[in-house]
Amino acid sequence: MDLLIEGLKKAIEMLISGDPEIFEITWLTLRVSLTAVLISTFIGIPAGVILGLTSFPGRRFVLILINIGMGLPPVVAGLWITMLLWRSGPLGSFSLLYSPFAIIMAQILVSLPIIIGLTCSAFQQMDEKMLLQIKALGATRLQTVRLLVREVKIAILAAVIAGFGRVIAEVGAAMMVGGNIRGETRILTTSIVMEVSKGNFDVALALSFLLMSLAFIITFLLTNLQQRNRVR
Amino acid sequence: MNPMIRLENIQYTNKDRTILSVPSLSITQGEILGMMGPNGAGKSTLIKILSCLQAPTGGKLYYKNAELPISRIPLEQRRKWAVVLQQTLIFDTTVFQNVAAGLKIRKVPRSQIKQKVDFWLEQFGISHLAKKNAHQLSGGEAQRVNLARALILDPEVLYLDEPFTALDYPTKVKLLKDFKAIIKQTKTTTIFVSHDVTEIQFMCDRLAILMDGHIVQIGSTANVLNNPNQYASPFIHDMSLHIE
Repeated sequence: MDLLIEGLKKAIEMLISGDPEIFEITWLTLRVSLTAVLISTFIGIPAGVILGLTSFPGRRFVLILINIGMGLPPVVAGLWITMLLWRSGPLGSFSLLYSPFAIIMAQILVSLPIIIGLTCSAFQQMDEKMLLQIKALGATRLQTVRLLVREVKIAILAAVIAGFGRVIAEVGAAMMVGGNIRGETRILTTSIVMEVSKGNFDVALALSFLLMSLAFIITFLLTNLQQRNRVR
Repeated sequence: MNPMIRLENIQYTNKDRTILSVPSLSITQGEILGMMGPNGAGKSTLIKILSCLQAPTGGKLYYKNAELPISRIPLEQRRKWAVVLQQTLIFDTTVFQNVAAGLKIRKVPRSQIKQKVDFWLEQFGISHLAKKNAHQLSGGEAQRVNLARALILDPEVLYLDEPFTALDYPTKVKLLKDFKAIIKQTKTTTIFVSHDVTEIQFMCDRLAILMDGHIVQIGSTANVLNNPNQYASPFIHDMSLHIE
């Protein structure tokens, strides 16, 4: 209990003191996580819509891969991205390993299947008659998708929140592809791991409070957006 | 009089099973044609085929004497019609937005949308519900929204698949009266599927009886109900017993 209070005190102290390193780490965490979630959302929602509403050869196999991807261990994602960006890897010439870009790639890899999978489920659960009703109203394909997205917006935002949750909590892949380099790729989760390994539990706790506050604010905003105009 | 809609040898088969087979059927402008038959007789399938929500496996469909490409009906053609399906499917938004949905799809200017929606909400007596979320409505109110959403499109043909099912009797009577008055006033050609003889008697000029995917009798509503042929007779008899 004392440790928790100490951690909280330390977090307040760190914020009041305006430690530039803390702000830099927090800002990088926010930038990297939001970029990864945004990219995953822009790719994941259309992919989920296609998987949920259409049928094509191999669709079930793709769905199996997506569902496996939903439980992809972050270290495995980190390993794949490392191999891809390694000097001798296919993208080695771009020197992207140990950069925020590499962390974003790893985070996309772990959050994209969640957003695709949950969006696809939302569309599959939709009453087929709703699709017929929208068609009967004379909608084009694009208008149909837009109307359907509005109908399942709660489920889609739940998918985005789940994707964000995965990204903000991610540490294994970020450590592997980012390297936790001070001033370059150090984010809150990797800092916490480092401080714990150094035995600085109060600092680690303070950072964890910062991380949780960040997660709370983003999730609060997304949940408000999700529940807006809800009648039940 | 020239038919508005004409079917020629329309077939719908599924895995070698004939769901629907209609050698010929004509519907004239302004007419209200009723369709009755037991469950699985093919009524909903026929409505879907007529409204081009489902392509038949064979046959020809004419609209104002022009043959339509049944496998791919142009969107502009489909937008001349309106369909009210068996189940009330309301969007999770306000009553106003629900009624305006088809107009927005047609990219009607906002000022016209407001004017039209206000008019149709008034016609169906639901103006006071305009700002209410449609998921909070009672069955009767939701059905009025459903019908207003179809009629606001000023359709040349209106397809109704059991639109008054699941409504309590007083609500149904009130809605039927209002609805018939609107249909007659706008002279909208209407195809009306129902299980309810009283609804059919009240609404329809002609009646077709469907049994096992075939139209077994068609004629004026009174004539079909009072003088059913040997194929329609058991069904009409059962329906009459049901009423008594």
